[in-house]
Amino acid sequence: MGVTPLAIMLGLTAAALWWLAGHEDYRPFMPGLVEGAAVTMRITVAGAILAVAAALTAGLARLYAPAPLRWLAVTYVELFRGTSALVQLFWLFFVLPQFGVTIDAFTVAVLALGLNVGAYGAEVVRGAVLAVPLHQWEAGLALNLSRRQIVARIILPQAVVAMIPPWGNLFIELLKGTSLVSLITLADLTFRAQQMNQTTMQTGPIFTLVLLGYLFMSLTITIGMRLMERRAIRGLGRRA
Amino acid sequence: MIWDWAFAIEILPRLGQAAIVTVQATVMGFALAATLGLGLTLARIAWPRTALPISVGVELVRSTPLLIQIFVLYFVGPEIGLVLDALTAGTLAIGVHYAAYCSEVYRAGFEAVPRSQWEAAEALNLNRGTALMRIILPQAIPPVIPALGNYLVALFKETPLLSAIAVLELMQTAKIIGSESFRYTEPITLVGLFFLGMSLISAALIRLVEARITQGVRR
Amino acid sequence: MMQDPMVRFQNVTKRHGSHIVVDGLNLDVARNEKVAIIGASGSGKTSLLRMLMALDPVDSGEIFIEGEPLTHMERQGKRLPPDMAHIRRMRGKVGMVFQSFNLFPHLTAMGNCIEAPMRVLGLTRAAAIERATELLEMVGLASRKDYYPSQLSGGQQQRVAIARALAMRPKVMLFDEVTSALDPETVGEVLTVIRRLGEEHDLTMMVVTHQMGFAREFADRVCFLHQGRICEEAPARDFFHNPQNERTRAFLRAVLEAG
Repeated sequence: MGVTPLAIMLGLTAAALWWLAGHEDYRPFMPGLVEGAAVTMRITVAGAILAVAAALTAGLARLYAPAPLRWLAVTYVELFRGTSALVQLFWLFFVLPQFGVTIDAFTVAVLALGLNVGAYGAEVVRGAVLAVPLHQWEAGLALNLSRRQIVARIILPQAVVAMIPPWGNLFIELLKGTSLVSLITLADLTFRAQQMNQTTMQTGPIFTLVLLGYLFMSLTITIGMRLMERRAIRGLGRRA
Repeated sequence: MIWDWAFAIEILPRLGQAAIVTVQATVMGFALAATLGLGLTLARIAWPRTALPISVGVELVRSTPLLIQIFVLYFVGPEIGLVLDALTAGTLAIGVHYAAYCSEVYRAGFEAVPRSQWEAAEALNLNRGTALMRIILPQAIPPVIPALGNYLVALFKETPLLSAIAVLELMQTAKIIGSESFRYTEPITLVGLFFLGMSLISAALIRLVEARITQGVRR
Repeated sequence: MMQDPMVRFQNVTKRHGSHIVVDGLNLDVARNEKVAIIGASGSGKTSLLRMLMALDPVDSGEIFIEGEPLTHMERQGKRLPPDMAHIRRMRGKVGMVFQSFNLFPHLTAMGNCIEAPMRVLGLTRAAAIERATELLEMVGLASRKDYYPSQLSGGQQQRVAIARALAMRPKVMLFDEVTSALDPETVGEVLTVIRRLGEEHDLTMMVVTHQMGFAREFADRVCFLHQGRICEEAPARDFFHNPQNERTRAFLRAVLEAG
């Protein structure tokens, strides 16, 4: 979908939330759900930062690092892509303490989700870097730039454009993945919904608000990434 | 002791039973996803007027967490007279969620078939429906099989979410074993290894199929 | 005292798998000399330039630039394979322009010309811009300095690529079929720039080309490569007027008929 229909959907979502928030069947749930949404956003942002850092490190290590580091990167990527996000979350939450390592739930959530998305991101980074023509390397070498300079100044800036759309999808996956943290007792949007559902049994209104809330956050991310992509393409002097 | 082999072996049969439920949910869920996804794509080609509502629907499903969708189907369903057992509700939610992804995959497949194929079919006086089913569809599907395979694996890895509505699949069983015995290391690690093994095998299979298909196209 | 040649290939061999691309080749290029290298595709012309730019390693033999070995280094009288620092020091003497331009698409014409001078030579931004402005003026593109490669024609891109290479102040400039990827109407503008460069600057130049007319008037010497060896070399006038070798004659006939 183009940016305009997405923006219209975002507008409608916001309007629906606004209207429902004033409705007496829905109003009582708003404060708790807003608090939950704040937790969801904090985990998403922290997770996204970790994911990008992990993806760049692992993706570039897999391409350019000496053998042992390269294997480490491959192991990380395959391990986190091969098992499921919930298993990783539970493993960090339930199993690590048995090894004497206790981390608070928020950190566990950010670690598990960030590293999970980062593993997929590493493949995105690798693919985008490999898509930059070999010629660009040679042009850099002929100008006597060092390997590090070529990667940082020539290859990565070109690869970034190709990375933006898949990263947009990964950030959406990350946002949706944060709902899993409700299962390790973090009070995110999903957790609040579950809790209120159990105490009030007002299933319809609660889950309507929650769905709209997630939709609002997803659409914001999608539109933001689309705009970023346009800017990046314009940075190459091409028409968006 | 950090890892207890005897305990690990002792719980294997129970996890094996649970793995059957996991596989069952995966197969049923993906069958739904693949057919519903194709149906949506064919609908938007056959009746262009449905394209916008389908796009919006797909966007809605993809933009919200599967876990919430599972809850909605399981908890809100009964309010509108749709009483489902946990496994059915969960599998249905997973299937619908991934149908949204699959429909995008199919769409890419159909868009990759050159316009001239439609024109060639038209020139032979085939009607639109026949052209779609006999000429376009057979060309559109094979190239996207690997992408569908990737979503099959992704779907498989999301089945642990069913534990949230107490379906006795692998993750739920592992948690129950953990809470009974206060040993989480073995059950959760074994579940992780099961997923890792299945994923690696599937990835290898997909690569194999992909190679086959590219060969077929070149020929 | 006899001065070292600017470039010396000594018994250089290059293989791709079992295929011999360059076969025990010897070639000296004097300071400021302009050498045109011609030959059929696959005769090893491009390989020669790529080895001199240290993009591809030699399989055997040696290459010297200003008497200094590129393909090995000497430490305390011992012969060692070249390390990165050595290769980069030697690369600094050479500049190369590619068939497919290879401009950096995310940088403007100016950005392309100042990146390496700033990062490699350590020029300040202002100094790099001054140098680049001068060079872009020389190639006739001062007014396009803020354009991105995708906004320039092929001929303009190739002229930026020439300015970019010159900004590193190389002693030897390599041109690898620089007009082959151009539309016919823009070939002339690029050749004019190369020609003027030869006339106005003290530069050793090696030009791989299919433009026989250009080779004849531009080069001091023409080398004809066949199966990785120099089959014939002669001052440009002699080479085209009176080729000695039967293969050369056949090649020239074929090229002239086609052109």
